Amino acid sequence: MTATETRFLDYAPAPESASILNLRDSYGLFIDGDFVPGSGKPFAAISPATEKKIAEVAYADAQDVDRAVAAARKAYDRTWSKLSGSDRGKYLFRIARLVQERARELAVAESLDNGKPIKESRDVDIPLVAAWFFYYAGWADKLDHAGLGPNPRSLGVAAQIVPWNFPLLMLAWKIAPALAAGNTVVLKPADTTPLSALIFAEIIQQADLPPGVVNFINGGGDTGAALVNHPDVNKVAFTGSTPVGRMIAKSVAGSGKSVTLELGGKAANIVFDDAPLDQAIEGIVNGIFFNQGHVCCAGSRLLVQENIEAEVVERLKDRLTTLRLGDPLDKNTDIGAINSRAQLDRIRELSDIGEAEGATRWSAPCEIPAKGFWFAPTIFTGVETSHRIARDEIFGPVLSVLTFRTPAEAISKANNTPFGLSAGIWTDKGSKILAVADKLRAGVIWANTFNRFDPASPFGGYKESGYGREGGRHGLAAYLTSGKAAR
Amino acid sequence: MSHLPVPKTYKLYIGGAFPRSESGRVYEVTTAKGDFLANAAKASRKDARDAVVAARAALGGWAGTTAYNRGQVLYRIAELLEGRSAQFVEELRLTDGISAATALKQVEAAIDTWVWYAGWTDKFAQVAGNANPVAGPYFNISVPEPTGVVAIVAPQAEGLLGLVSVLAPVLLSGNTAVVIASEKSPLSAVTLSEVLATSDVPGGVVNILTGSAAEITPWLAGHADVNALDLAGAEALDWVDLQVTAADTLKRVLPPEPGAPAQSLARIAFFTETKTVWHTKALI
Repeated sequence: MTATETRFLDYAPAPESASILNLRDSYGLFIDGDFVPGSGKPFAAISPATEKKIAEVAYADAQDVDRAVAAARKAYDRTWSKLSGSDRGKYLFRIARLVQERARELAVAESLDNGKPIKESRDVDIPLVAAWFFYYAGWADKLDHAGLGPNPRSLGVAAQIVPWNFPLLMLAWKIAPALAAGNTVVLKPADTTPLSALIFAEIIQQADLPPGVVNFINGGGDTGAALVNHPDVNKVAFTGSTPVGRMIAKSVAGSGKSVTLELGGKAANIVFDDAPLDQAIEGIVNGIFFNQGHVCCAGSRLLVQENIEAEVVERLKDRLTTLRLGDPLDKNTDIGAINSRAQLDRIRELSDIGEAEGATRWSAPCEIPAKGFWFAPTIFTGVETSHRIARDEIFGPVLSVLTFRTPAEAISKANNTPFGLSAGIWTDKGSKILAVADKLRAGVIWANTFNRFDPASPFGGYKESGYGREGGRHGLAAYLTSGKAAR
Repeated sequence: MSHLPVPKTYKLYIGGAFPRSESGRVYEVTTAKGDFLANAAKASRKDARDAVVAARAALGGWAGTTAYNRGQVLYRIAELLEGRSAQFVEELRLTDGISAATALKQVEAAIDTWVWYAGWTDKFAQVAGNANPVAGPYFNISVPEPTGVVAIVAPQAEGLLGLVSVLAPVLLSGNTAVVIASEKSPLSAVTLSEVLATSDVPGGVVNILTGSAAEITPWLAGHADVNALDLAGAEALDWVDLQVTAADTLKRVLPPEPGAPAQSLARIAFFTETKTVWHTKALI
């Protein structure tokens, strides 16, 4: 089939216009309420769909990190820790409203910089960002009622590092509870997705948040290390890979800094033969192909009961054939661009290993654009528990299919991983859901659904998927201390 | 007629049995003045690994009991401690060089601490968990679950009370434990293991090692099948290094604390994981 032929499934292009963005050519660091130049070598934010430069971004070195932490400390001591909870809450409500007002702009910026489909940034990421600020805004003057011990108090300056898969949403997960609890923040966005945080910095200015309460520094691993290891930081919150999480846990050992880590996963999505299959197929697709599979809690291991494997795999292939891969800004796009060349290389490498180890590869037939980073939705069948594609986090649109015969076998295979972030269960039998959910060693379990997020719902892992929870009442605990002892 | 005393052989407690150290090693336990009291087993790396295997094997059963049942089993331990209090007082008096009155106070505090924690088994989930009002047709609930196998360096001072203050909060939520007893004051720990063995706590739920914490703890900190590490009594060790080792497997680690840690909900919570389950609701 040539590109000019049309099928009944083809849609005319419907791109969201990037003209809503009013981007600058270059962005500084955001310290003490202002954009300031960085001391490192500036880097380019590029669109992964076109490889075109979006803007130039300042790079923070250790000296800039020091300035940002100093600004956060000053704001903590002089302003933020002295403010009443209700006033802190009102600032957060303001931010939530401003996010809603500028939602369209933020969604376009996110899809442009990250490569995710606009329908996801527009309908999931940005609405949840606003919801997160609304939820924690209300907690700011109710900390005494959170049941987290007597005399709850903030920790001080929080160092926060967020990943590139949900840049603005992860920023909201970090900043909203930190500020509600009375901490100030220095946050480092990922170096491949700095854009939405910089627009968010403008929102902070519009909200008239006291200078220094939130500071953004951009840069790479050295910038992050300087931030985490800064002696005047009281709290470290990190979302990202398990290897980096380990490094952080080591570097803060003995420092007295409070730490939360939200790391990798290799979630099992368990489909029993009595599952509602129409919904399950959609859930499997959403579980692994949402956000190109760049999701730490992605349902990357499909555990399907042996007697329905053939049917499920066939229906999955049919469904994947209808997915549209392409321009992230197009409203009809289902699968956007892989976030970076480095990530694309990793997905390709692990997929090649999957084939070499003997699993059978199938990729959806879709045209890959000439420019940019793309990977067609892919399914591996005949996967064994020892295969790398069943053990390593691929962080891409690649599903490994394994089978089981009994619930006990499903549970044992699901738990056979050092990770423990999430899991899915598909069956029409409520009692089976509850029994299996009890036995799964994972922090978030979706029954007859997958990849649902809500500010009221705690999220976080068991085992090597990290520690601490984000979201809900439990998420506040990460930013508070209680009891008599003063820090 | 006079009675020639029959001294006890102080052994390890692993998987519900009382083995000597596989290394064949012992070390001398003395009174505060330095007089010989007993040869305690000096646990080795292999003993520590055996203890972890036993703790892992016991986890499913212990975590799977009902909270009510776990509460009764733990409460019964307090009953048995009470009956043995004279023996504990005597051992503490000798090893710690304290008066009988002080020792009795510590034993009574240990029993009360045990009762306090035992009562939490069927209440903690109600305090630490909650329903979450998510914006969609879902029943969403968060509940605490045991973290898994917990390695504990027991406080060096206040032998029995120190041990109870770190062990009880770990056990009540369903964790299993590998405990390194106070090096200077191990006798009451071994006697506690005899209490555990004759109570209804399944073998392997608690494993008690005596010997050198400096020697054994690094193996436990690096063990991939240990989920959490309580360094309560590790103040004199290179505990920052232990924390670094534990980071390889992302263990939850509690830093050292002087004395016997106070009763606290936070200590229970630290060795639990919050599990959140989303259930769909039908659209009717």
